[in-house]
Amino acid sequence: MSTATEPRKSTAKGKAPAGEKVADWADGRLGIYSLAKANMRKIFPDHWSFLLGEICLFSFIIVILTGVYLTLFFVPSMGEVEYTGSFGPMQGVMMSEAYASTLDISFDVRGGLLVRQIHHWSALLFVVGIFMHMMRVFFTGAFRKPREVNWIFGFLLLVLALFTGLTGYSLPDDLLSGTGIRFMEGAILAVPVLGTYLQMSIFGGEFPGHDIIPRFFVVHVLLLPGIMVGLVVAHLILIVYHKHTHYAGPGRTNNNVVGMPFMPVYMAKAGGFFFLIFGVITLIAATVTINPVWVLGPYRPDQISTNAQPDWYLGFSEGLVRMMPGLEWVIPGGYTLNFGLLVPLAIFPSLLVAIAVYPFFEAWVTKDPREHHIAERPRNNPTRTAFGMAWLTAFAVAMLAGGNDVWAVNFHLSINAITWFCRIAFFVLPVLVFFATRRICLGLQRRDAEKVLHGRESGIIKRLPHGEFIEVHEPLSQDRLYTLTAHEQHQPFELGPDTDENGVRRPVSPLERVRARISKGYFGEQAQIPKPTREEYRAIAESHDEHH
Amino acid sequence: MFVVLLIALAATGGLYAAFAPADEAQADTTAQSLAIEEGEALYRVGCSSCHGRSGEGGSDGPSLVGVGPAAVHFQVGTGRMPLQNPGAQAPEKPRAYTQAEIDQLAAYIGSLGPGPAVPEESAYDPANGDAARGGELFRTNCSQCHNFTGQGGALTNGKYAPGLDNVEPIYIYEAMLTGPQNMPSFPDTVLPEQEKRDIIAWLNEVNTSESANPGGFTLGGFGPVSEGLFAWTFGIGALVALTVWIGARSAKARKS
Amino acid sequence: MSDRHHHNPASQETEPRKDVSDDHLPGERRSGELAVLDDPFADPGLPPHEHRRQDIDERAAKRSERTVALLFTVSMLATIGFIVAYLAIPIDEIVYIFPIGHISALNFALGTTLGLALFCIGAGAIHWARTLMSDEERVEERHAVAATPEVKSHVLEEFRKGAEESQIGRRKLVRNTMIGALALVPLSGLVLLRDLGPLPGDKLRKTAWREGSLIVNENTGQPLRPEDITVGSLTQAMPSDLDHHDEDFHAQIAKAAVMLVRLEPEDIKDPRSAAWGHEGILCFSKICTHVGCPATLYEQQTHHALCPCHQSTFDLSDGARVLFGPAGHPLPQLRITVNDEGFLTALGDFEEPPGPSFWERG
Repeated sequence: MSTATEPRKSTAKGKAPAGEKVADWADGRLGIYSLAKANMRKIFPDHWSFLLGEICLFSFIIVILTGVYLTLFFVPSMGEVEYTGSFGPMQGVMMSEAYASTLDISFDVRGGLLVRQIHHWSALLFVVGIFMHMMRVFFTGAFRKPREVNWIFGFLLLVLALFTGLTGYSLPDDLLSGTGIRFMEGAILAVPVLGTYLQMSIFGGEFPGHDIIPRFFVVHVLLLPGIMVGLVVAHLILIVYHKHTHYAGPGRTNNNVVGMPFMPVYMAKAGGFFFLIFGVITLIAATVTINPVWVLGPYRPDQISTNAQPDWYLGFSEGLVRMMPGLEWVIPGGYTLNFGLLVPLAIFPSLLVAIAVYPFFEAWVTKDPREHHIAERPRNNPTRTAFGMAWLTAFAVAMLAGGNDVWAVNFHLSINAITWFCRIAFFVLPVLVFFATRRICLGLQRRDAEKVLHGRESGIIKRLPHGEFIEVHEPLSQDRLYTLTAHEQHQPFELGPDTDENGVRRPVSPLERVRARISKGYFGEQAQIPKPTREEYRAIAESHDEHH
Repeated sequence: MFVVLLIALAATGGLYAAFAPADEAQADTTAQSLAIEEGEALYRVGCSSCHGRSGEGGSDGPSLVGVGPAAVHFQVGTGRMPLQNPGAQAPEKPRAYTQAEIDQLAAYIGSLGPGPAVPEESAYDPANGDAARGGELFRTNCSQCHNFTGQGGALTNGKYAPGLDNVEPIYIYEAMLTGPQNMPSFPDTVLPEQEKRDIIAWLNEVNTSESANPGGFTLGGFGPVSEGLFAWTFGIGALVALTVWIGARSAKARKS
Repeated sequence: MSDRHHHNPASQETEPRKDVSDDHLPGERRSGELAVLDDPFADPGLPPHEHRRQDIDERAAKRSERTVALLFTVSMLATIGFIVAYLAIPIDEIVYIFPIGHISALNFALGTTLGLALFCIGAGAIHWARTLMSDEERVEERHAVAATPEVKSHVLEEFRKGAEESQIGRRKLVRNTMIGALALVPLSGLVLLRDLGPLPGDKLRKTAWREGSLIVNENTGQPLRPEDITVGSLTQAMPSDLDHHDEDFHAQIAKAAVMLVRLEPEDIKDPRSAAWGHEGILCFSKICTHVGCPATLYEQQTHHALCPCHQSTFDLSDGARVLFGPAGHPLPQLRITVNDEGFLTALGDFEEPPGPSFWERG
């Protein structure tokens, strides 16, 4: 996208020869005119849900800008010092230099507190944005061919964002984040065979040692963000290369993209949106505290506070651990398996991987080799939508469990009761939500079909000559008719007869049998309402004509 | 509602602080035994059904022999006693007795067996405490249940450590001294008077309605859970509202 | 076979853009006229462009221009306000702002001015785009991502040529040794990681507790006597050999931190636990056996100790048995006694490693 900024100057300023000269110079070396020719007037469809990804992109940029500023003052060291800065209630307390420098950023660097809060708030919103963006892509099927790879890029960005967040909020070495690192240590120790060796290597000795903060610092400011920047660039290049999906509508087909050109409209809107997001986050940072490390105190392994949680995006992993009943085996030979950690630590990546591989799963079920550029309405693929909602439900239940103590104290509930509720709900609720969602989708499909065939309820009540009251239905416009019938409906894959035309038994692999069953689950009679046919429409239209 | 309660508590506590020392100065044996008698009468009516006819305890309430006047002053003064409904634990509520009656009850319970006395103001005056040292002590002894800044936290099976915001210093002192309900006690041998005062000074610094919260609105001080909720509601809500504005079609000229 | 469920027979990947069902071929409709009578669901084509007020009424356009300019001007003023606030407001000034509370004046002033400055630029740009820039939708054709068969066969041919020219297929020795070398070379990197940390040894089994260690009250720094610890109280303690200023204090306290409680002797259900204590004083590791948070939420009436991290609940009256939550085994108990001078002392280190489980723990 940056490639298009140069020529913008020359065209926007019209006859400014200086700008043109610069552009010529750049073109001779970078070939920018050719790049601009392809991209400057590239079309981007306009829809609010297509801007969710920009929330991620821009909050990521804000995180990087503010993060660079913070590194100028932050001291990633676990050396113990006595605090002498300007925050009264910590005078003389022994703390690591990391914690002391975080207090300095908050109380002795003018604007440091603001930048810290912007950094942390935009990090939270970055991951919220990723979730919203992924939901949009998932529920509209925008991950289908040719965009599976970009889905994986986005998914990797989510995972890296989680770990960049973890390493980031751990850096101040306060009592809350230190507790998080302690959890990490326990989790590493639980790893069979290698656990203690890994723990000693990662911490440079026994917990907490003096190495973990400097090591996290490098991972947080260099390694992970470096990979993320690369992935973000790749993600954006693919978006430009594939061209954006759009929703079905008059004139919007699988073969075109309808919208506004990059320059000037999209440029102004995207650029403007960056400033809007930056502005909103700054206003939040001006008025709402985030992670007030100065009252949390420096980390000490023998101290703790209740309401100890990770940042929200790791809340579900916290909840998985909180839901887990105690289970520990000592296997022959005197080796310990701590299932209280191993089980949740196995579910954690499985939950994530489930959404990562979903596009490939659906592609395998449909065996659909075509490119898809029309974003589907969630109702038109009820099983996918139901699966997504079930996943979100499991995620939400785990998150709920992760905050069980906060709910308990604020809503006067028993923490044990909440935990038991979550233990059961984690398995039951997703199933219920799956079927409920599918039913709702089918209901909406049915309503669409009725609208197409019988028109829209106009709200006008008419009395017929024989006294009956009816509501007048207005026929839909051609645009609406098209929009509501544009989606395609897969037919379930069938195995076909067991024998071929010569009566010879056809070998069918068990995998194919499974695929046939899943395909029926997706596209069978119970899973979608056949959309109205032209014949149905005409028949009804004609019968109406006869009435008049 | 809660605020009103706090104001009421603060006002009565203040009154008590103003008058109590004078009472004690004049206390002589006759006044003392009179107070014990009055207290016993109050006890018979209000407390004996659970705690036994003379404080020996029963199936519904623990023995009060040796809990000391401080425990009475705390439990009745914060309205926890008398208990209204049986539950996981007795909540704070508007007090049912006047300060004079509470003093009489305390005198009576004090006469049942030796126990911690109601502290003098000098014992809990936050002005004489070291907030930084108190913070360390708070994180060692208190924050595991009451949270970093004393916002409260959950215990097992519906019990909870209450929030400490705006609680009168004397009650904080007495709670540490006597260990009400499931809270462990921190006798002077474990946590000397000066250390208790330090803790009160820390709370006074970070957990009153006058405390500075430099970063802005605290979201209840519950940490990442409330921050996450804020991000998922106001934060993303504001940003999505902006996307809707950006993505909406601009108003078309009306053809009339 | 696998494609038989599609509406149309599988389109060849290479055959560009046959992938929409034929029912909805796009129509040309800038005029908004073309409704195909024999197909009620036909694509009517892009609706005609409608003008905005600003497109036909220069006064409306002027109003938009002024609004945009006003927003940009407010941004400029806010930036000046930011600089003034930065210079004028002391960093430690606290102001009361309803309903936020007592907050840093500088943080509030800098944040609101900067936020406004940024927001107004954004709002101005978007208002400009929405009201003044052309809002005529344009159509761009898509092209298949996959290459045509000609391109594909050309590339494959070139690739084959390149591989042939390298002789990698023919010179097996070169190929195999190269694979070997490339496979081995990352080992150096792996070896270099060895010095990230020491070997575990018995580090996780040993703590600072030794026979005769005094049990020091964390609050006072003084050794504890039995009479200091009353029934219903909770005392956080550490071994006398530890000093807060030790280089490895954190690593040591992470294993050695204990809590002392006193129970009425008849309330102690586990005889071994009672025997390891002193007159009902029990000394437990406070490091949770699940992941290592201090499990010090002690309820003096129920004798439960709860861990705030994952709600593992231990019954201190029953040898710290796990009652709830993910912890897999009880909190280790330290054997204590009283020395000649009347101080509580340890009778040795923990019998089992305190803190979270690990593979070799047994």
